[in-house]
Amino acid sequence: MARGLRLLSREAGRLRLLLVQGPTRGFSASAPEPLHVCIVGSGPAGFYTADRMLKGHEGAQVDIIDRLPTPFGLVRSGVAPDHPETKIVVNQFSRVAANGRCSFFGNVTLGRDISLSELRKTYHVVVLAYGAESDRSLGIPGEDLKGIHSAREFVWWYNGHPDMCELSPDLKNAESAVVLGQGNVALDVARILLRCKNELATTDITDYALDALRGSTIRRVYLVGRRGPVQAACTAKELREILGLKNVRICIKETDLMTSPADEEEMRNSRIQRRVFELLSKAASVHKDNNCNDQKELHFVFFRRPTRFIPSENGSTVGAVELEKTALKGDEVTGKQVAVGTGEFEDLKCGLVLKSIGYKSLPVQGVVPNVKGRVLSSESETAMVETGLYVVASILEDNKKSVPSDSKKHGRTGLLEILEQNNVHFVPFCGWEKIDSKEKMSGQLRNKPREKITTWDGLQKAANE
Amino acid sequence: MSMLETAHENDIELEGACEGSLACSTCHVIVTDVNYYNKLEDPVDEENDMLDLAFGLTETSRLGCQVIASPELDGIRLALPAATRNFAVDGYVTKSH
Repeated sequence: MARGLRLLSREAGRLRLLLVQGPTRGFSASAPEPLHVCIVGSGPAGFYTADRMLKGHEGAQVDIIDRLPTPFGLVRSGVAPDHPETKIVVNQFSRVAANGRCSFFGNVTLGRDISLSELRKTYHVVVLAYGAESDRSLGIPGEDLKGIHSAREFVWWYNGHPDMCELSPDLKNAESAVVLGQGNVALDVARILLRCKNELATTDITDYALDALRGSTIRRVYLVGRRGPVQAACTAKELREILGLKNVRICIKETDLMTSPADEEEMRNSRIQRRVFELLSKAASVHKDNNCNDQKELHFVFFRRPTRFIPSENGSTVGAVELEKTALKGDEVTGKQVAVGTGEFEDLKCGLVLKSIGYKSLPVQGVVPNVKGRVLSSESETAMVETGLYVVASILEDNKKSVPSDSKKHGRTGLLEILEQNNVHFVPFCGWEKIDSKEKMSGQLRNKPREKITTWDGLQKAANE
Repeated sequence: MSMLETAHENDIELEGACEGSLACSTCHVIVTDVNYYNKLEDPVDEENDMLDLAFGLTETSRLGCQVIASPELDGIRLALPAATRNFAVDGYVTKSH
């Protein structure tokens, strides 16, 4: 019996679901009630949601829309070029997209090509999984000097996101770069700046970024954190990798490694923090051979927070970051240790600053109050949960229009009609497959896994060939 | 053959997002009997780095792609955690599901 089920499951996935649900069910002649779902955003959150919906509901018909012509979100535009194993998950996501009950619609922007209320009229369920594409700002003087970028912009630039392909960061005006933040993204940008360029040449990094990095004069990168090594937000794998980079001397002050009882308590409760601290301690005590002047440097700067950006001689580009020394204090409410200024300042000279301090979501139309992902009708305490609208992360939306009545939903056919009416040239999954093919072929010529197409025009053209 | 491959051969839903490259924790399995756990080779640093991120980590947790079948392990029972985690934001701590 079990063997019979397995054979059937290979031939027809959906049949297996019907069989295992009970002997009385048999082969129902009527199709299951469709549940029309629209997921906005085709990154991991969107695809994992789609996967679960398809597996959990026989009648689920899932459409995934994305404003880019290419799917996969941060897996394509965020994961570093020298981390190809992390991108293998696109194979799994592609299988989800290939499911008969799932369709991808690229080049469709929520708010411009279709409104949220149109989506809610068309689908039983709408999931907002479009992530956080805006940056937190420090709010300190000098933040708009040239040479200061958010890490997100820099990552999008070297990964060929069509919104950032023209960034042209200046990597030739100084020897030092300061990265604010010590999470994995901070480590990514530091590593890309310091990694031997020949190692990058065989990755999917964009050609223009590789060229710029080859010409870079940056040989010293500072990773600056407000708190101490116990609180560093990076994780062991990424830290281990950057500490082992060829020809890079690691500089960590032994005095920064002194721990307080509160630090010890934090490490007792967190395996991640404990292992990260151990790696940093070991690195501080190892003295790499200082063999030649060509050696680059990576400095871990702890207990410093930026208070202002100082212009260089030309007045328009950043020349240094003013840092205030901090100390840790227990926050009475949260119990966490927070950094407080001590009034002691110092300047750190640099020609490039990358801020890696976290993100914000872009509003669809305002603020989205929600409870555990279920959207509330307003921020008041007596707010009702909105039917059929969910958020994956805290996303801002302020939909004051009334909730549409529960009339019949047309799902995919409805979406196609609206896109047709609005003259939207969406990119189906097979359009992405054309882009994918073209990129892989161009990559082969250069001994890279792919050569990304990085302009809106280029992507749309390739999708339609 | 690893436990991940074995699961797939037997239609058991064990996600292996990175297909055994030690770049995720989605094939996290829990060895129910500590005697079997002790028979396994210690995890290398790279596996421990990924276990750091696993949802519902236990003292006898391993990555399914790193546990290789052998006659010695005959009868081993592996429990699957209630959820898995991939692509979490730095420092984010999930509340229980």
